[in-house]
Amino acid sequence: MNLPNQSIPEENGADSKKMLIAMVGIGAFCALLIVLIFEGTKERRAFLKAEALEKAIFQVIPNAKSMKPMQFIDGQLTEVDKEAKGETLYAGYNESNQLVGYAIEASGQGYADIIKVLYGYDPQKQAIVGFQVLESKETPGLGDKIEKQESFLANFISLDVTLNADKKGLANEVVTVKQGEKSNPWEIDGITGATISSRAIGDIINSSIQEIGPKISNK
Amino acid sequence: MNVAVKENKKKREQKSTDEFIKGLWKENPVFVQVLGMCPVLAVTNTSMNALAMGLATSFVLLMSNILISLLRNFIPKQVRISSYILIIATFVTVIDYVIQAISVELHKSLGAFISLIVVNCLILSRAEAFASKNTLKHSVMDALGMGIGFTFALLCLGVVREVLGSGTVFQFQILPENFQSWIIMILPAGGFFTLAFWLLFFNYLKERKAKS
Repeated sequence: MNLPNQSIPEENGADSKKMLIAMVGIGAFCALLIVLIFEGTKERRAFLKAEALEKAIFQVIPNAKSMKPMQFIDGQLTEVDKEAKGETLYAGYNESNQLVGYAIEASGQGYADIIKVLYGYDPQKQAIVGFQVLESKETPGLGDKIEKQESFLANFISLDVTLNADKKGLANEVVTVKQGEKSNPWEIDGITGATISSRAIGDIINSSIQEIGPKISNK
Repeated sequence: MNVAVKENKKKREQKSTDEFIKGLWKENPVFVQVLGMCPVLAVTNTSMNALAMGLATSFVLLMSNILISLLRNFIPKQVRISSYILIIATFVTVIDYVIQAISVELHKSLGAFISLIVVNCLILSRAEAFASKNTLKHSVMDALGMGIGFTFALLCLGVVREVLGSGTVFQFQILPENFQSWIIMILPAGGFFTLAFWLLFFNYLKERKAKS
């Protein structure tokens, strides 16, 4: 009567050893493979990512020929290493090495998900001079017009973001208005059919420049 | 004796071509087995996305079938599913890095759906139902057939949705510029409609064949 009961644990013991060997073996092999591929593609991936960012930066700062990554350290804009952590902005320079503007990343809630944008800020003109959506999941055909529609992108060729008298904020807040109702240089002409997405862009830019604009001019 | 060996060999070759062919048509993973619906509906809004997704899935399917078929006598029954998932997840991670190294843009447009290949039931079902019971050669044939069949099905959806939704195929304009694109075709709902029409079409063909 006791015999079958005794033989079961023995069998299980042999089996679990086999199972352990199989799982550990496969696990080790898989780990090795992933590490190899990760290391093998590392350089190429970093290169492509940097290239994409560089392209975006030169697009939002017209006339820029070279750029340097910078960060605010103790309130001072300081040049930093490319891989430095924290909020980085990019200073663009023309052929004669004069500063022509900053490319600033900003993000905020859109209609579907967080929208990430990059915009160009010209401190001399105190205006936004370029704009590009880096990441968005807005509805195709409706909300994603913020990426492509020319009449919308035309808002950012020269969008007024003049600072107020005490240089602590903007003289006029950036706001998105209904399509065709733009009457002031600090207003963004919205998109019919992408009301929420285009309003989100206005909010993202407004809150970002409210914070960074004064910091840059205090330099 | 010699004739018998030859015939046997011929039979075996016949079988491996059969394994290849069946995935393309008779047991097409999408139109007949209706497996792996998540990527089929979600990433077929353009032809390029559909092709990339199909190829990525085929790669994972092929590699996991090879490995599982090789290890089929080594993996104990009790831990087979976890072993398969581990192997599949590894190759998904590999293809994720490879796509990132090919094009940042492509990786962005496929988004989370690359990692979701791990839970694509097509791959696990081929591992469990086929690779774990068959030789390497047949498993490779099976994976190639199923992979191509899957990619073909994704392309069927992708091309229709891109033509109607944006008037282009692989971003080449083919419909006149003033064509009013059907935005619904790019949205998730369009995926369901297109899939339904293709299923209807394939079932109609099958029924007509059965009748005649």
